[in-house]
Amino acid sequence: MTEVDSTRLVYSGDGPDHGDMAVRARRSGVWFYAETVLRGMRAFALPILLYAVAQPVLYLVALGVGLGELVDRGTGPVGGVDYLVFVAPALLVSTVVMSVSAEMTFPVMSGFKWNRLYYGPVASPLEPSQIALGHFTAVMLRFLLQGLVFWLVMLAFGAAPAGWVQSVLVVPIGMLAAAAFGAPLQAYAATLDDGFQFSLIQRFVVMPMFLFSGTFFPLAAMPPYLHWIGWISPVWHGTELARWASYGADLSWGMTALHLTFLLGCTAVGIWFSVRTYTRRLRS
Amino acid sequence: MPGVISARGLRKTYGDVAAVDGIDFEVEAGESFGLLGPNGAGKSTTMRMIGGTLDRTGGELEVLGMDPGSERPQVRAHLGVVPQQDNLDEELRVRENLVMYGRYFGMSRSVLAAKADELLAFAQLEAKAREKVVNLSGGMKRRLTIARGLVNEPRILLLDEPTTGLDPQARHVLWDRLFRLKETGTTLVVTTHFMDEAEQLCDRLIVVDHGRIMAQGSPGQLIREHSTREVLELRFGSARNAAVVQQLKGVGERNEVLPDRILVYARDGEAALEEVAARGLHPVTSLVRRSSLEDVFLRLTGRSLID
Repeated sequence: MTEVDSTRLVYSGDGPDHGDMAVRARRSGVWFYAETVLRGMRAFALPILLYAVAQPVLYLVALGVGLGELVDRGTGPVGGVDYLVFVAPALLVSTVVMSVSAEMTFPVMSGFKWNRLYYGPVASPLEPSQIALGHFTAVMLRFLLQGLVFWLVMLAFGAAPAGWVQSVLVVPIGMLAAAAFGAPLQAYAATLDDGFQFSLIQRFVVMPMFLFSGTFFPLAAMPPYLHWIGWISPVWHGTELARWASYGADLSWGMTALHLTFLLGCTAVGIWFSVRTYTRRLRS
Repeated sequence: MPGVISARGLRKTYGDVAAVDGIDFEVEAGESFGLLGPNGAGKSTTMRMIGGTLDRTGGELEVLGMDPGSERPQVRAHLGVVPQQDNLDEELRVRENLVMYGRYFGMSRSVLAAKADELLAFAQLEAKAREKVVNLSGGMKRRLTIARGLVNEPRILLLDEPTTGLDPQARHVLWDRLFRLKETGTTLVVTTHFMDEAEQLCDRLIVVDHGRIMAQGSPGQLIREHSTREVLELRFGSARNAAVVQQLKGVGERNEVLPDRILVYARDGEAALEEVAARGLHPVTSLVRRSSLEDVFLRLTGRSLID
């Protein structure tokens, strides 16, 4: 056992400047916390990567190629393109939104309750708002990776005919859709004391959103009384944008603005509530 | 030299309940200052207000000349905090916990690489550097939490119940580490409900109960002021203790009946025991010991520290 000189551990006046630390934390605290979350994800790097690759491959083979074969033979092209091309950008959007529902529930609860992870940094110069935003940023970066992988798989399947310059936009669009669902979910999870509600969210919010947001068929193909699910669903708004990016589906400027406003609005409101809830909870 | 922490009329209320009810104290640089009291006395609440993670309801509070209510990040940059409940990141490894925590203070990775080695040596966890936190024992986790609290070379280290839940051996290892810090002149603020911990670690302490200060001074001073030099503990069996106490009048300076034993406060415990025998009383067991802070607390509040 090495004997240590404990005088080197404590404040001596010529060590680090605490004032500078506070300034640096104020400037970059969001990123400092995001680093920790990303470092934590590294423990699951292999499963995350395998999931990111396997998921698009499996979905595109099963739905795009398999089911697509039947659809193309039966009804002919959907939205003017092969079913694979039609469904691929929508699958990208719905899978990242489904993933965000895992990232913004149990890990948030772990921060406040189970492992009390947020209570460590809250005693450092970081503010609760930076912890909320740092966690959010790290999750979004994960989806940057997941979206990129999905897009590359789409290219490999020939499922993004608009060319890579335009179709790469499906990645930020997917991230935006994930943010629009993830930010409000993070705010909601931050108000809870146990994870009981999460399985309800999975069953009654995430699943219907996956099925009825125009992912597998155009929204117009559903009975009109179900259309509202799409209108309030980040998946539908994201999918409409992603279809334009991926194969140039018709999209007016007005609708583009509407989709973007909806997604950005949900994100902003969610972040605002998150910051408020984190601050209230971590400082009481 | 002005105090590094100064509280005047410090209050924290939740609705009608006052968790901290107007307390005054000063902590000097380099001293080891204790808050002793039972669970729910307001110790942790006070610590969190000092640490800038809980806003006060009233009174004045200064930490290193700053207001922890309005200059929170600045105050926290100067402090090391060891919370009551460990909140280490179990998804990270032991060493990573130190490095990532240092990042919250904006410290560079190169500085932190060296720092983490020093801290691991201090916490006697060098062999566990790459271990997952979840595999550490309770005592090791606690030492890691203390090491983490030192990452920024704090001017003041706040320790909330540092050894609660640890076995005796782990407590002694931890105390040894804290002594070393004390020797180097780190200002320590410690809350505890263990009198032996307070006696060992604190130069000066306040005894708190129901959010108020009952007494303050050094452990020796408090014992001299509020108790006798020795205590004779007598057990006559729980059914008989209350009846026997009538026959002990005049033995020692005063006595106290607890459910399981009678405490006789006396300058000379052995002499008091002889007097008891001379009265024809034969306890099942008897013990003469030095007065402790537990006796001080009992005297001040009529209750024992650990209910």
